[in-house]
Parts: sequence; structure tokens; C-alpha cells
Amino acid sequence: MASYVLTINSRQRDVIADPGTPLLWVLREHLKMRGTKYGCGIAACGACTVHVGGVATRSCVLPVSLVGARPIVTIEGMAADRVGRVVQEAWVSGDVVQCGYCQGGQIMTAVTLLKNVSKPTDSQIEQSMGGNICRCGTYVRIRAAIKQAAQQLG
Amino acid sequence: MLNRRSFIRVSAAAAGGLMMSMYFDHPSGAQQPTAPIFPPDAFVHVRPDGTIVIQVNRLECGQGTQTALPMILADEMDADWSQVRAELAPAEDLYKDPVFGVQMTGGSAAIANSFQQYRELGAKTRAMLVAAAAARWQVSRDECRAAKSVVYGPGNRSARYADLAAEAARQPIPDKVALKSAAGFGLIGTPTRRLDSRAKCEGALRFGLDLDVPQMQVAVLARPPVFGGRVRGLDDTAARSMAGVRDVFEIPLVHGTAIAIVADTFWTAKQARERLTVDWDLSGLERVDSARLRSAYQALAHTTGNIAVRRGDDDTLNRIPVARRMVADFEFPYLPHTPMEPENATIRFDGDRAEAWVPTQAPTEDQVAIADVLGLKPQQVTFHTEYAGGGFGRRSPFDCHIVREAAAVAKRLRGTPIKLVWTREDDVQGGYYRPVYVHHVEVGLDEQGMPAGWRHVIVGQSWVIGSGHWSEPFVTKDGVDLLGTQGTTDTRYRIPNFHVSAHHPRLNVPVTQLRSIGYTHNTFVMETLIDELATRAQADPIAYRLKLLDPSATTIRTPLMLLEEKSATWRRSLAPGHAVGIACNSDQSTGVACAVDVSIENNRPRIHRATVAINVGLAVNPLTVEAQCQGGLVFGLSQLMAKGAITVNDGHVEQRNFDGVPPPYMKDAPVAIDVHIVPSSEKPSGCGEPPVPVISPAVVNALFRLTGKRYRTLPLVSL
Repeated sequence: MASYVLTINSRQRDVIADPGTPLLWVLREHLKMRGTKYGCGIAACGACTVHVGGVATRSCVLPVSLVGARPIVTIEGMAADRVGRVVQEAWVSGDVVQCGYCQGGQIMTAVTLLKNVSKPTDSQIEQSMGGNICRCGTYVRIRAAIKQAAQQLG
Repeated sequence: MLNRRSFIRVSAAAAGGLMMSMYFDHPSGAQQPTAPIFPPDAFVHVRPDGTIVIQVNRLECGQGTQTALPMILADEMDADWSQVRAELAPAEDLYKDPVFGVQMTGGSAAIANSFQQYRELGAKTRAMLVAAAAARWQVSRDECRAAKSVVYGPGNRSARYADLAAEAARQPIPDKVALKSAAGFGLIGTPTRRLDSRAKCEGALRFGLDLDVPQMQVAVLARPPVFGGRVRGLDDTAARSMAGVRDVFEIPLVHGTAIAIVADTFWTAKQARERLTVDWDLSGLERVDSARLRSAYQALAHTTGNIAVRRGDDDTLNRIPVARRMVADFEFPYLPHTPMEPENATIRFDGDRAEAWVPTQAPTEDQVAIADVLGLKPQQVTFHTEYAGGGFGRRSPFDCHIVREAAAVAKRLRGTPIKLVWTREDDVQGGYYRPVYVHHVEVGLDEQGMPAGWRHVIVGQSWVIGSGHWSEPFVTKDGVDLLGTQGTTDTRYRIPNFHVSAHHPRLNVPVTQLRSIGYTHNTFVMETLIDELATRAQADPIAYRLKLLDPSATTIRTPLMLLEEKSATWRRSLAPGHAVGIACNSDQSTGVACAVDVSIENNRPRIHRATVAINVGLAVNPLTVEAQCQGGLVFGLSQLMAKGAITVNDGHVEQRNFDGVPPPYMKDAPVAIDVHIVPSSEKPSGCGEPPVPVISPAVVNALFRLTGKRYRTLPLVSL
């Protein structure tokens, strides 16, 4: 067991955990932040995506001991982010979600894309979103919502 | 439709407002409604603050029922939609499906079976609110009208539903009530966004796996490496020495036994599982092997099975000249459901009572199963239906094994809520797949190139036959599992001499229904063969289908004709290297037709576009119908993925996680999907399953035009 100070959604959180515990389980079980989802545990589905130091990261394979001082942002923190808010609104107005389990991870990935590319093409969307599984198959509406958000962000 | 008496009850809620319940007299259950009324034991609750809470008697697993059923009730009730909230109903008699007689989410039946029920509830609630206003104002009810949760009367009188609720609860319940005509619908038929969207986009919606009950512990199971294996010996020293591990013990499974590890967190339990040394007794177990299974099934497919359909003269085929005959063999693999949220169940056992929180498609059966394991009566199990991250048929296994496992763990740790969590590996390796199927088909054509004789043998496991499940008499006949043959046996193509039979071998690999069930393979077979016949006849694939279809089969003819119209422009201006593929699918009440624009990129099909037309009767929420078509197509592509199969080697499942059996990612899905709904005022039917089967035959039909090859073995390993 070791003690860590994490900055999550602009708040400092103290955590005592085994150094090998993936950030996903620190969020879900130590901090009771359940918006970040477990889908596979091997970085193959993207349901657990969070931002670590501004980079979309698979929290299921990132040991808490390797986070360091980098700030963490989760889906619960997206409403306070300018791009995040716009993307969430585009998702709602485009009625994207079905079961919704993967959508936190989809939104986290889309936000990083839009922060790096203001007007992504179809192939850029496919490349960035390419590792996120949606078993309900909402991909067409995800594409449309990303384009709508891009337009809104100007 | 079964005709059942219904009982309506109404009460003033303890917390204020009006509660409205409707019970059905179920022949199966024969239970009279005797339970006391208390929230949320009602379908609609008009709260003093104006909120209208509507109970949804189904699981919400993405299909949108949580929005569509409240739309139906709210429309007849003239409720203000912005004040409507939906809740998933717990397991209670009054929430049983009016047709099935149990609470169940399946068969794309929610809207079809509960449309009338939710309309009547809404109309009766509205009638009582109007009666209360009329009584208050001492005017005739005919002088009052309702709109957006307000009753208006003569002389500019008005009263909000919330303010009328207590008086309305004392009004007699109307026996009969007029329902709106289609022209009077406000919500029904209007594209309406989901009620659960924002919570899901903000990470605020709690799925079953997100539950946190006070004092809860998490359990994972070490499962046998071969289905049915049993624990012979165990060294749990290393696991027990880990901080946070509470207990390690053996529990019975439906097939075999397992070791349960209970810990304060999932992560600890999972780590502890890796430190167990289990000696498994695999003696006497069948060791299924995919390659051997394939040849055994192929041999069986060359013999006649139990007769499913015998129409016309089977001998006709033998008299058709060889030049006008063809033979085709098809193979389909075990398919996993892999819902994004892995299987889980939370149960607390208190000795004389239990409480359960489960994302399940089958609350009634799960409640009974938990009671069975714990030695309780079903009524002693308080059962909460939790939101599910996908279902696809995985959350309604006939043997209720998920809750049985959780109950077995909870039974030992009395008083402690136990959340049983399946890891993704448990899910992928844990069975309950869509079965392996092999089809052997012989077709003979008449001189016009239309099928005159058809002999079809289907081989695959049945999870229904011998199960004792309540649905068994409805879906089996003369030793044939009709869920395994649907899509062939109920085809609307007019084939005069049509002979279908089926073999259902028994194996120890557990199997179950997967979204669109038998149509996943039967529609593939029918639609690729019909396409082949159309090509052979040098006919347009849509025109050929329309010619062959029964003239009375409007359910499927109408979407084909709409597809012809809506895709005509792009089908006639395809880019070089692209080809079009067509397929259609229908069950008794819903028809779907699909056209795809496909090219080949990196030796894989690239789907540039799909156009879908659907006849779903009256489309209650067109936005949901569109979503189910779009999503259903992507789901249906799973069996075309190069690594889309579960394979078994010497009894061991060879795939472990999404890396071994990846579902379609964005690049595998159509880039664009446009959906067209056949205008209809017929009774609504379901749309969750019927779109699934059209995409894979449509894609391989397009691939044929690019490569000249027919693809009859899935998954699509190579082109």
C-alpha cells in the first residue's frame, strides 16, 4: 500500500492503494466515481477512457503509481470543460446514446480529438475514435455529433 | 392476442398525489393482486410537485423502451412531457407482460405487447383527473379538456394535474375509456429524444455494475476451464493472505462448481483469483472441439432431421435436371453477446428475506431462481431491475445462472450484500453463445429460374428443447426448435415444394438466444441463396425478391419497395470498385430491407453506405426506430468480423477478451446509414431485432459482385 495525491477534475484527492492498482479501480472503488466504466481491462474497448495530463488514456491499464502529478479529468468533469460541454450537448441533441455504457469513454475520446483538430474529417474521426467499442452500434450518430460539436466550437 | 381481464387499482399515494395500477389476470400465475399498494407499486404517479413518474415494466438496455413506453402513456394522459420521468419497475405481479405473463424483455415485444396497456392507463388516469376537475367546478366533464398536465373548464377555469391528483384518486375508475384517434396523437409518432440521454452523457447514470450498497463486498469466481468441471483441490493460502480478501469457498454452478473469492473491492478479488491454485476435476467431461464439431455437423446435415416444414412434394427436387439444381453448405460459429457491461448481480440474504439488484431481461425468473437458491418464496425477494449496459439476449439465460451464482455466494455470507462481477474474460469464455449452426440446402429451379423445389437441413444445439422453460411449448414442435429454424421455416418466399428439417445435437457448451435469434443464420442462408438465384436469372435482386414473395406479405414487400425508391439514385451511380448488395428480413410483424454500398479495403469489406427501409407498424418513436436500425446493422456485422467467432479446442474456449473476438469498431461499420420508415397506422411491432440479420447477407452479396465468390462460412476470415 502507498499513498497518492491525485488531482481529479481540479480537486485534490488522497488515495491509499496498492501501487499496481489501475487508475480505473482507484476511481471506481476508492473514490466511488462510477462514471468511468470497466469494459475489458486490457485497453481494447475504451470504456475506461479519462484524460491524464490532457491525453486520452485507458485507465484500466494505467497503474495509479504512474500517474504522478499529471491532472486527471473524468467524464464527471466534462461539464466544466468548454469543449466537453459542447460535445455532451451535441451527444444529447443528436440522441447518440443507446445503452450508454461506453459513451463516457466515447465522449472523452471525442473531446481530445476536437481539442487537437478543430474540423476533423471522416477519416480523422475514424482514426481517433477507432479504438472505442460501442456494442449498440451508435457509430453513425457519434460521427454526426462530433461534426456538430466541431461546427459549434467554430 | 390473449384476452385477459384486467384489474385497475388506484390510490392516493402515501407521499401525496395519484397512483394508478393495472393488474392482469394471468393464466400462468393465477395470482390475485393482494399486495398492499405502496410506491412504486403503480404505473403512474402524479406527484404534488407536478412530476409524473411512469414505471417501465421492461429492462432498459439501450433499446429505448424507457422513453417509448412513457410516451404512449403520457400521450393518452395529455401529460406535459417535460415533467415526465421514467423508472424501471421492480419485479411485481402488476408489471408482468400482458401477453407473456412474466416480466421479460425480449422478442422485440415491449411496444407490441404493452402499447394498448400503456394507452389505457394513460387514458384512464386522464379521465379521472378530468372527472375530479369537473366535480370541483360542478360542470359536466364534456365541458372540460386537458392539455400538458392542465385541465381547462368553462369560464377560463384551469387546474394543474398535480393539484387535482388527490381528488382524482377518489374518483371511480372508468371501466371503458375512449382512446385517441391517430390524428389526436401528440407524442406517439413524433421523433422524441431519450429521457436517459443526459445522465448517460454525464457519467451519472448508475448501471448494475455501478451499484454501491452499504457494507457491500465484491465476489469473482474462478470457473472451471472446461464446461461442467468441478473443484477437486484448492490452495488458497496466497489469496487469503492478501489484505482485503474476506473469504474463499467453493460454490455450485448450474454446470459444475467454482471457487468464489469475496473481497472488499473487485480489484482485490480479481488479484486474489490469480493467486489461487485450483485442481480441477475434468474427468468424464465432453471435450468439444470446433473442427471436429464442424465435420460431425456437416455429416448430420446430409441426413433428414425432425421435420419442420413439409410443403408440396419433396420428390419434385429429384426430378429437376441437374443443370437447374444447386447445392450449398453453410457454417456459422459460436457467437458471444459481449454486452459492454459485463454480467453482474448484487444480492443480500437476511435469512428470511433477500434483496437483489440485477440488470436483467428476466426479473420474474431471476426472482424465482434467487428464492430457490436461498430457500425462500419469491415474494420474500425484493427485486430491483437495474439499468443494463447492453443485453442482446445475454441477460435472460433460461437457467438464471448469473443470479444463482450470486445467491450462492450471498447465502454463505448472510447479511452482507454481495456484488458478483464477471470479468470480460469470464464473459467471453463463459458460454451461453449463439450456437454453431450448419445448413445443407438443395435447390431446384423451374424453367423461369424460380425455385420449384427446396430441401433444407439445419443442424444446431437447442437451448429450449428439454429446458422445461415456460416458453418451450410455444417455440418447439415435433422435436424442432423453431427459434433455430426461424427465418427459413417462416419465409414468405413462395417455394411450392419446400422441405425443412432440423437436428439438435446436445453438447456441454451452454448456448442461448442472441439478438434476432434464428434469423442471425437463417436469413443469411435464405438471402444469400435468393441473391444467387436472382443473379443466375439475370434479374434485379429487388425485383426478383418481389416476384418470389407472397403477394400478401406486405410486411416485407412494403420495405423492399421503399428501399427500391430510396436507394435508386445511389445504386445507379456507384463509384468504381464499389458494388451494391441487397437483403431483407421479416418476422411475423416487422419487415426490414437493406442495400449496402461496399468496396474492398485492406482485404476487408468497407461499407460506405447502408440504406434501410422498415415496416414496424405505427412507429411510436421514429427516432428510436432509426437508432435500432442503425445499431442493429452494426451488431449484425459481428459475424462478419475476421475474428468474429468463439472456438473451442479440447473443451477450452480459445478466446479470452475483445482482442480475441473483437466486435465491430467504427471502421467496420457503415460510414452512413439512412433509415426510412414505411408509413403505417397498423398496430406497432418491434424493431430491436429485425434489422440485425440484413446486413451480413447484404455485404457478402455485394462482395460477390466484386470477387465472384460466394461466402457461406462465417466469420468472414478472408475474402
